[in-house]
Amino acid sequence: MGNRTIVPFGPQHPVLPEPIHLDLVLEDETVVEAVPRIGYVHRGLEKLVEKRDFQQYTYVAERICGICSFMHGMGYCMSIESIMGAEIPDRAKFLRTIWAEFSRLHSHLMWLGLLADAFGFESLFMQSWKLREEVLDVFEETTGGRVIFSVCDIGGVRKDIKKETLEKILGVLDRMEKELTEIAGVFLNDSTVKLRTRGVGKLSKEAAFELGALGPMARASGIEMDMRTQGYAAYSQLDFKPIIDLEGDSYARTKVRLGEMFQAMDLIRQCIGKMPEGDIKVKITGSPKGEYFTRLEQPRGEVLYYVKANGTKFLDRVRVRTPTFANVPALLETLKNCSLADVPILILTIDPCISCTER
Amino acid sequence: MDGIKKSPWILHYDGTSCNGCDIEVLACLTPLYDVERFGIINTGNPKHADVFLITGSVNEQNIPVVKQLYEQMPEPKVVVAVGICATSGGIFAECYNVAGGVDKVIPVDVYVPGCAARPEAIIDGVVKGLEILGEKKKNVGKRK
Amino acid sequence: MASEILREISASDLLAETLKLKHAGYRMVAISCTYKEVMELTYSFDLNYDLVNLRILTDTKTELPSIGIIYAYSFLYENEIKELFGVNITGISPDYNDSLYKIPVKTPFGIQE
Repeated sequence: MGNRTIVPFGPQHPVLPEPIHLDLVLEDETVVEAVPRIGYVHRGLEKLVEKRDFQQYTYVAERICGICSFMHGMGYCMSIESIMGAEIPDRAKFLRTIWAEFSRLHSHLMWLGLLADAFGFESLFMQSWKLREEVLDVFEETTGGRVIFSVCDIGGVRKDIKKETLEKILGVLDRMEKELTEIAGVFLNDSTVKLRTRGVGKLSKEAAFELGALGPMARASGIEMDMRTQGYAAYSQLDFKPIIDLEGDSYARTKVRLGEMFQAMDLIRQCIGKMPEGDIKVKITGSPKGEYFTRLEQPRGEVLYYVKANGTKFLDRVRVRTPTFANVPALLETLKNCSLADVPILILTIDPCISCTER
Repeated sequence: MDGIKKSPWILHYDGTSCNGCDIEVLACLTPLYDVERFGIINTGNPKHADVFLITGSVNEQNIPVVKQLYEQMPEPKVVVAVGICATSGGIFAECYNVAGGVDKVIPVDVYVPGCAARPEAIIDGVVKGLEILGEKKKNVGKRK
Repeated sequence: MASEILREISASDLLAETLKLKHAGYRMVAISCTYKEVMELTYSFDLNYDLVNLRILTDTKTELPSIGIIYAYSFLYENEIKELFGVNITGISPDYNDSLYKIPVKTPFGIQE
């Protein structure tokens, strides 16, 4: 047995945009155990339901996380709509899907860049983030915001996208697809990149299931699980299949996410092609009463919203279980027996979102 | 000696931010906004840094981290609070685990508004911070 | 659309019911807690997108076993509920002893003293 040392990792660390702390127990250069300590970003925003009414809480829900902001707002709105039995207009469903898929695209591009940064390929980081700005420009043009849009509302959406803008978006997608194909080639074929991702942090299908992994983490290990197949928003009217891989290593996770980016582009094109005419919002009257579990697929995996309402303007409870929270046990497992130098890459391959996790 | 204004190094720490401002801080470094044209480099080491960018508010657990990072930075230094959470706690001000803006713990020189703060605003805030940094630099020698 | 079932069970049946679901191939989705007069715990499980929720009505004094021996990854949820609500869950591994989030207030979602 080698020398045992404990290396503290974080909360402030060059590769971490967000604070998380891990105590890495090392035997020489090999990690034998990782003990997480969280709570740096915990705000306790679920408790705010007592101070904000159910309409106002949409704004809080959007700020659970600045990356999946739109999807958090959408999940919360869907929960309230389900409790109140409100059916939103078809056009609103399609618009929501477009923004949701663009969110996935920007989130995955951001992740690609951070991964490149973690293995020291800085120009690739810059390339990915440059491409990501195209998505943010679409957000800005259609909603007015780059990060937080406040465009999703209970009963539908607040803003419509004009026909000319939709056509312009198609042009943006064509341009992006060409550039993304080039970047994807580097991630998938470059030998130095493959050295850092191939076989690193392997997670078998059984282990992924036993540890409750979600999203691209589970799909890269061969578990075909994607909440979008359940057809919320406009997904029931779109044609797609969950992207899976069988290898379960960091390379597979990169491959799955790259596949999902092209898929997101395809889904947006389908939405624009099938976009129905009509209203974008129904009027909501009264207050919700009842409880509901909503699940949808975020870039990082399945998210669960639980809303309990008592018939007044103030809800009893809003509970959010975000994908990173569920992916932490799988991360701890992949960290075992890896070398210290691979830790940043492994942390990144679950695509951690700490502010989601701690709320 | 005005060199420090021409190549300031930045340290970024995320308090309890929702990530919105953080990714905008990072976006500032990337080709579209590219703060490197002002000679700015993002560093992970507080001892290398001149400008401390903080996003998000402070809480019980990260107060010692923020203080410790600030103290490790060499003089002169400026602190830029990015976004409304770092300024006052913003929408989360009433949460039980939010102590308030960053100025509760360390002196803040520039406040950048926004939720999330836009890259243009962040760059503007940093440039403003650099002027203050230049002023502080002049006074460093004079202080005992 | 997939189905959603909610079933109320007693605290003493928790382990047996959970074990049944595990054997049937269910994945644990989340453990949620709501406090309004009574402490209400909901254990959610998923199989092929069908959601099964087991609900337990309890208080902060009654001991509740951890389901960590059946679903190892339940520890984060259980630590969270113990710290934020003050539910008396025993046998969590690893147990953070109410310092998962390190918050300045005690059980903010539970009984306020």
